[in-house]
Amino acid sequence: MTWGVEHLTVRFGHTTAVEDVSLAAEPHRVSAVVGGDGAGKTTLLRVLAGIPIRHEGSVTAPERRRIGYVPAAGGVFDDLTVAENLSFTGGAYRVPDIAAAAAPLLERTGLAPFTGRLAGDLSGGMRRKLAVVGAMLHSPDLLILDEPTTGVDPVSRSDLWRLIGAAATGGAAVVVSSAYLDESERASSVTVLHRGRSLVAGTPDEVRASLPGSVVVVDEPADRSRAWRQGRRWREWVPDGSPDGVAPTLEDVLIAAGLAEEEASR
Amino acid sequence: MKAMILKEFRQLRRDRRTVAMLVAIPIVLLTVFGYAASFDIERIPTAVLGPAVGTTNPLVDTQPDVFEIVHVDPAGTADDAHDLLRDGKAIIAVVTGTPTTVYVDGTEIFAAQSALRQAGSLPDGVRVEVLFNPELSTANIMVPGLIGFVLLAVGTIITSLGVVKERAEGTIEQLAVLPLKPRDVILGKIAPYFLVGVLDLVLITVVGLLLFDVPFRGSILMFAVGGLLFLFVALGFGVLISTVSQSQGEAIQLAIMVMVPQILLSGMIFPLTSMPLGVRWISYCLPLTYFVQIMRGVFLKAAPFASLTIPYLILTLMAVAVFALAVLRFRRDLAPTGRRGAAEEVAA
Repeated sequence: MTWGVEHLTVRFGHTTAVEDVSLAAEPHRVSAVVGGDGAGKTTLLRVLAGIPIRHEGSVTAPERRRIGYVPAAGGVFDDLTVAENLSFTGGAYRVPDIAAAAAPLLERTGLAPFTGRLAGDLSGGMRRKLAVVGAMLHSPDLLILDEPTTGVDPVSRSDLWRLIGAAATGGAAVVVSSAYLDESERASSVTVLHRGRSLVAGTPDEVRASLPGSVVVVDEPADRSRAWRQGRRWREWVPDGSPDGVAPTLEDVLIAAGLAEEEASR
Repeated sequence: MKAMILKEFRQLRRDRRTVAMLVAIPIVLLTVFGYAASFDIERIPTAVLGPAVGTTNPLVDTQPDVFEIVHVDPAGTADDAHDLLRDGKAIIAVVTGTPTTVYVDGTEIFAAQSALRQAGSLPDGVRVEVLFNPELSTANIMVPGLIGFVLLAVGTIITSLGVVKERAEGTIEQLAVLPLKPRDVILGKIAPYFLVGVLDLVLITVVGLLLFDVPFRGSILMFAVGGLLFLFVALGFGVLISTVSQSQGEAIQLAIMVMVPQILLSGMIFPLTSMPLGVRWISYCLPLTYFVQIMRGVFLKAAPFASLTIPYLILTLMAVAVFALAVLRFRRDLAPTGRRGAAEEVAA
């Protein structure tokens, strides 16, 4: 069963947070939603998770007890211990043997020695890992993770992605949003959002191939409005293509697609 | 420092609720409470009973403007006078005859004191008897009211903080997507506060009885029903406040705005009879007003249910209305989008 949204539009007053976005989430696959701040990632994921938000378009999702969701902020109860957090979440999902379900996940995330610690006393990375463990406890059909790695150190990010990979291997359809484009390389499909609209979607290779024009690496850009720094050098988007074009990264695609969108709207 | 002052003013300007608290509310409070905060008794509802009701009345004639006759019954007896005072239909009852007896409701402490001052100049042979609170003890009338105040504080502030904490920490979103029915979330959230409230009700009543020697003359069942009804109102206010507050600070501000009028206008401190009608109607909209009437009736007057039907009825209606509104608003935050199974949902 493929879950997801089709032609989803969400408006908050006069602001359109998401406009005509479609996203498919398939079992055994990780679908990444990438975009900058205010791109509409959180709104899209919240609607998919079943949070009551007025919207247009269709949403296809499993019943609530088969969804696992980690919101962008929180996701854990700070004044409960790790074990109590999992006991509550497991109880809500009616997991028959919470301890047995939690043990391998706690081991994998390195949280096993801290089950008696208050969630509020954990580091940011450990709290995010706990939130993901809680959302995976019942082996959901659809796992929705809103920026699970934001503000997390590289080691914990790696742990989290291993966990995400394990969920997909186990059969879940995973939708994960991220502002870190390098992470999206690990996903089966990528949807690039910009100001609420889907600029491009496909496998990471398809997304890279969709770059309009070329990206060149230069010491001094010809047009600074189309250039961004990377290390000591500049990367510049050339809409008409260039023989000096380099293999684009997902970040290049995101920036170039955003620039193309802005230039088209002028 | 200039930058700091400017920053504070900018933040304050955007915090409309605090600005309202600082500017508008003090004016409203001063006006309302200025009228309400009065111990001066200008009107004492008085009943005149017995065979000589038509003749000169030794007490009423001293200050006819103050002793407002609300009930006249030539066939009335001392028992009728007792019932009228117990039911709150009069504060003074003069039973004419031989001897003429003036009964005073001791739970209306200021009115009773005023009447007793007049009684000093009464002719010989007129007997004065203070009922329900003969020693005119302040503790006797304050403790039953204070029970309501404590329940209000626990129910409203603690509940609103507990619920708004979920919103502030982002965990309410977590609750919204868990496969729990909104009803389960609401009841699960409120149940601990309800139990704490019940424990507080028992605890402060026992301490009040033991420490201040307050009499308890009425029915425990009526006391329990009144307490639980009022607890529902207080919890309802707490949940209601949490649904319109984004932070614990906002919740406390609102809880104070709900509590202060009840403390000052409910009759717990200032007698309702001293308040001008323009302010007194507010008192009749406040649940603590009815709780105070019920508790004083149960503790001091051994009032039967029939004499407290109206306060019980109003408190029940308030409990149902406030609690239902609170649950509906809280439910709105939690309601799922109505999925059933793996159904496709198309929202308008």
